[in-house]
Amino acid sequence: MSETPNAIDAITEHIPSPGEQFFPKFEVTPELVAEAQKLVAQYPEGKEKSAVLPIIHMVQEKFGFVCPECMPWIAEMCRCSTIHVAGIVTFYPGIHRICPGKYHFRVCHTVACAMSGGEELIDYICKKIGVNPADMTDAEPMAVSPDGLWSIEAVECLANCGFGPNVMVNDTLYSEVTPKKIDEIIASYSKK
Amino acid sequence: MSENIKYLPGREPHPRETRRIYRNINRVGYDPSIKCFMKDGGYETLKKVIKMEPADVINEVKKSGLRGRGGAGFPTGVKWTFIPKGNTKPVYLVCNCDESEPGTFKDRFIVHQDPHQLLEGMIIACYAVQAHYAVFYIREEFPEAAKIMSKAIEEAEAKGFLGKNILKSGFDLQIIVHRGAGAYICGEETGLINSIEGERPYPRIKPPFFPAAIGLWGCPTIVNNVESLCQVRQVMLRGAEAYAQEGAQRSPGTRIIGVSGDVKRPGVYEFVSGSISYGELLYEVCGGPKRGRKFKAIIPGGASAKVMRCDEVLKDRNPDGSVKEISVFDIPMDLDSIARFGSMSGSGGVIVMDDTRSMPHILNNLNRFFAWESCGQCSPCREGNPWMLKLSTRICNGQGSPEDVDLLKDVADNICGRTVCAFGEACSWPTQAFTTKFRDEFLALTKPINALKPHSEEAAEACKFLTRED
Repeated sequence: MSETPNAIDAITEHIPSPGEQFFPKFEVTPELVAEAQKLVAQYPEGKEKSAVLPIIHMVQEKFGFVCPECMPWIAEMCRCSTIHVAGIVTFYPGIHRICPGKYHFRVCHTVACAMSGGEELIDYICKKIGVNPADMTDAEPMAVSPDGLWSIEAVECLANCGFGPNVMVNDTLYSEVTPKKIDEIIASYSKK
Repeated sequence: MSENIKYLPGREPHPRETRRIYRNINRVGYDPSIKCFMKDGGYETLKKVIKMEPADVINEVKKSGLRGRGGAGFPTGVKWTFIPKGNTKPVYLVCNCDESEPGTFKDRFIVHQDPHQLLEGMIIACYAVQAHYAVFYIREEFPEAAKIMSKAIEEAEAKGFLGKNILKSGFDLQIIVHRGAGAYICGEETGLINSIEGERPYPRIKPPFFPAAIGLWGCPTIVNNVESLCQVRQVMLRGAEAYAQEGAQRSPGTRIIGVSGDVKRPGVYEFVSGSISYGELLYEVCGGPKRGRKFKAIIPGGASAKVMRCDEVLKDRNPDGSVKEISVFDIPMDLDSIARFGSMSGSGGVIVMDDTRSMPHILNNLNRFFAWESCGQCSPCREGNPWMLKLSTRICNGQGSPEDVDLLKDVADNICGRTVCAFGEACSWPTQAFTTKFRDEFLALTKPINALKPHSEEAAEACKFLTRED
């Protein structure tokens, strides 16, 4: 890629996070390229750009977050510009621009969950994992604990409204969560 | 139910329910594998359909009167006929599983527990519109389901229900799983299409060109909800006539209703459309309000539907033309009835609030949701939503003046109808309904003196020497 440095560098600046110790550093390997090409092949000829979300998901799964260094590579794979990838990355709330902890809490605080105690749960989890709730801002909704093991994010509707409050830890959903259940969840993940 | 199906303890269907789509949800010994589904008569409908002419399948679905279950209630068969005649471009089908309307959680159980039912519906729909490439768009918050669905697709391919030359009929179909990334706007069909194309999911201007004419990669595209596609399978399984006869005349079939909030037994239930009223649902099926409380308000169709007061007296007409007085509890649960009273039954998510809830705080929560999820394409919505959030937060914090309540509604009125997609309506309806129907609660939190006070800390600092403590 022959992009000259410009304003997007500011947007995609690397913000260090203690969670990075638990994930490998991004590097392009032949296996990674092969996997990305497999994703691109899912889409019809000439529609490589469609693979941008699947590739971002793959990168995020492997390396924890979408780092600035991988954006030009994703752009190359999808045959679009780096700024386009940056546009996608900055749009979706589900794409992390800073590295989450090893175990990432997503706590729903939309109507039904808030009515059953979602907001209080956020404060409780923050206290348990040693995070200041004020660190979760509109610009960066995720807060990572100093040891990098935990991170928390308040999210909108996880679509399990009848059984709130709902909490996701990495890919697993826990419903009807109480502070007691949080203690159990944290204890069970700490052992791993 | 005549058949002897065992369900998990505590998750048995209520006697008022009719389980068709949800037949195998929470069933003992049922897993998402193809073996289980085929033992239960799965893919038999497809074998029948694949021998029919595609046009006949569309006619059958049209005749059944099936209406989409994503929220808008557009007739599914009619949507399929919007593909231009003499079209030479490839046709695509997209299954919309971006279930993110607060209060709606019906699709979650289908994709997690019975993916093959959906897959069969999808294949039938693809055959009807002659699509050879289909996308299953699933929201990022269902990572488990994305894996289950990918596995289901592999299983179906191995059995010859998917891939090249399906059941030796000469019909090819490829289905891929595409995951979203946590944006509510991707549930809007044109936003969803842009998301699949790899663009930012900004919705497209809909008239004059609908996705059925110009959609994914500029080709005709049909976007259907998960439940709608499962209903398509039911139509073909039971025959259009039998399907059309069941339930409300204008919205036949069953409907899945998710109840959340302040009731004793929240959850998902499947009813014959119109066979039950809101009162019966909440008191009989969901067990009524929690101890010592009473119902105050209902949001009948997902967060963007207008709220209904439980003590509101509504006027309805008897068949002979005389006027009768009813409450929201007497309204039957079909797609249209509630629309006559100024709300909508949308995607079937009922959120219930009892008398312990403060309505301004509920609205503040909804406004935060909409402000966060606005995609930012149209100025009224992008700027208006944070403004509404600011106003409702101010009122909730006791810093609002009575005029703020009117201003709040005024901002909402100015978003509604001035945006590219229906998000403009979705975000302004709650505010409009809450501020008119629960005006007293909003006013109770305000003080006239607040109108004279600076609203932000910076402003208070700047004019400190002008103000005095009251």
